[in-house]
Amino acid sequence: MPGRIVIAGASLGGLRAAEHLRAAGWKGRITVVGDEPHMPYNRPPLSKEALAGKTSFESLAFRPRAAAADVEWRLGTAVTRARPAGRLVELEGGERLPFDGLVVATGTRPRRLRCEGPVVGRYTVRTLSDAEELSAALTRPGVRVVVVGAGFIGCEVAATAIGLGVTEVTVVDPEPLPMLRPLGELLARALRERHEARGVRFALGQGVAAYSGEDRVTGVVLTGGAVLPADVVVEAVGTVSNTEWLEGNGLDLSDGVLCDSALRVGGLPYVVAVGDVARFPNARYDDVPRRVEHWSIPGDTARHAARTLVAALTGAAPVPAPFAPLPSFWSDQYEYRVQSFGAPVLGTADARVLDGDPAGDVLVGYHSGGRLVGVVALGGPSAAAAAARHRAELLRQPALTAQPGEET
Amino acid sequence: MKVVVDMNKCQDHGQCVFAAPEVFQLDEGAHLVFVGEPDDSLREQVEDAADVCPLQAIAIED
Repeated sequence: MPGRIVIAGASLGGLRAAEHLRAAGWKGRITVVGDEPHMPYNRPPLSKEALAGKTSFESLAFRPRAAAADVEWRLGTAVTRARPAGRLVELEGGERLPFDGLVVATGTRPRRLRCEGPVVGRYTVRTLSDAEELSAALTRPGVRVVVVGAGFIGCEVAATAIGLGVTEVTVVDPEPLPMLRPLGELLARALRERHEARGVRFALGQGVAAYSGEDRVTGVVLTGGAVLPADVVVEAVGTVSNTEWLEGNGLDLSDGVLCDSALRVGGLPYVVAVGDVARFPNARYDDVPRRVEHWSIPGDTARHAARTLVAALTGAAPVPAPFAPLPSFWSDQYEYRVQSFGAPVLGTADARVLDGDPAGDVLVGYHSGGRLVGVVALGGPSAAAAAARHRAELLRQPALTAQPGEET
Repeated sequence: MKVVVDMNKCQDHGQCVFAAPEVFQLDEGAHLVFVGEPDDSLREQVEDAADVCPLQAIAIED
């Protein structure tokens, strides 16, 4: 009985969900609804090549698989409400779409600072239009840039601004080092030195108290009292999950949407979630549900969730084993790449240099209970290749939660 | 099946190597080399490789 699957969210997770539903044997209708006017496009270049003007924004569009050619795309339209129990979503404008299965793929949006002061001159990097606006602002002569947030996106934006010839770039963060939480002190320190060698200044250990200026931002007032002159402020301070449309249904939306190990939502067999809005346990590590904002996750979750959903709706596919992806992420800053495999964040307390030197190409291993749980390379292509050689070892290891002899 | 890689886009991430090791490899200098016309039995692997390319540089031309 082919019916309809509605996919709420038309970015990478929504696209991959549509493709994997077809791959898993779903013959019914697939309708993808998304609030952006564009077909799905690749976001990582928005803080790097595309922001620097080296890649056209048009070239970022994904090429959907041929099997997904009959998917209906409802773009420029937000899903405003859902009644999972009634198998219905409501769209902007009031239209109601009934569904047999629902994929939650609405992703996240940038968290904004709630500070006093002007709004003009404050930017984020999430969408094509965000990046187009910021790119134009960064190429104005003599511009002074303050990046709020020393995570990967903030540091990538700082590196891109330096590459564009901006001479005043300051990165602000309450943490004592950039990218400290995901990478640990050893690599955070090494990355800070590389940024400083290129002229980036850091204002660490303090946050933003307010923005100064009349009609537009002219400065950033730090919690320590200092004022950093600024024409452009980039806020890269994390994300907020787009789950408001799911409210009122008794779902756990405390941080994204809570899923079980099959990526089902709220115990409903016909509702699944994918991408960075999904908070799921990774059977490879433990039973703690987490949201993961890596680029690889929309693809990994979509494949798994599609199988779960098709199994529930048609019985044509077996219910998959618990979700246990090997996480992987990268970040390009200047000519250096940070390449990670596994879950370094679980082992930052026991990080050791496995190869090389933090001043040059280096490979760091992260351990939990003495066991390798992640590797991160910093440097050129050969460092990344060294990290990749540890990937097989990370994949082979039994789940941290597994009992002796248990297959995962 | 014909595989085309836009080498202007490729940045040697190597994700395709994990997805389809019979088609994609990194050479000694960690640069991508690949089989241009792999057997059709590898199509699913190559589709996965195209999916996971961070630069979306891999295309399959039938």
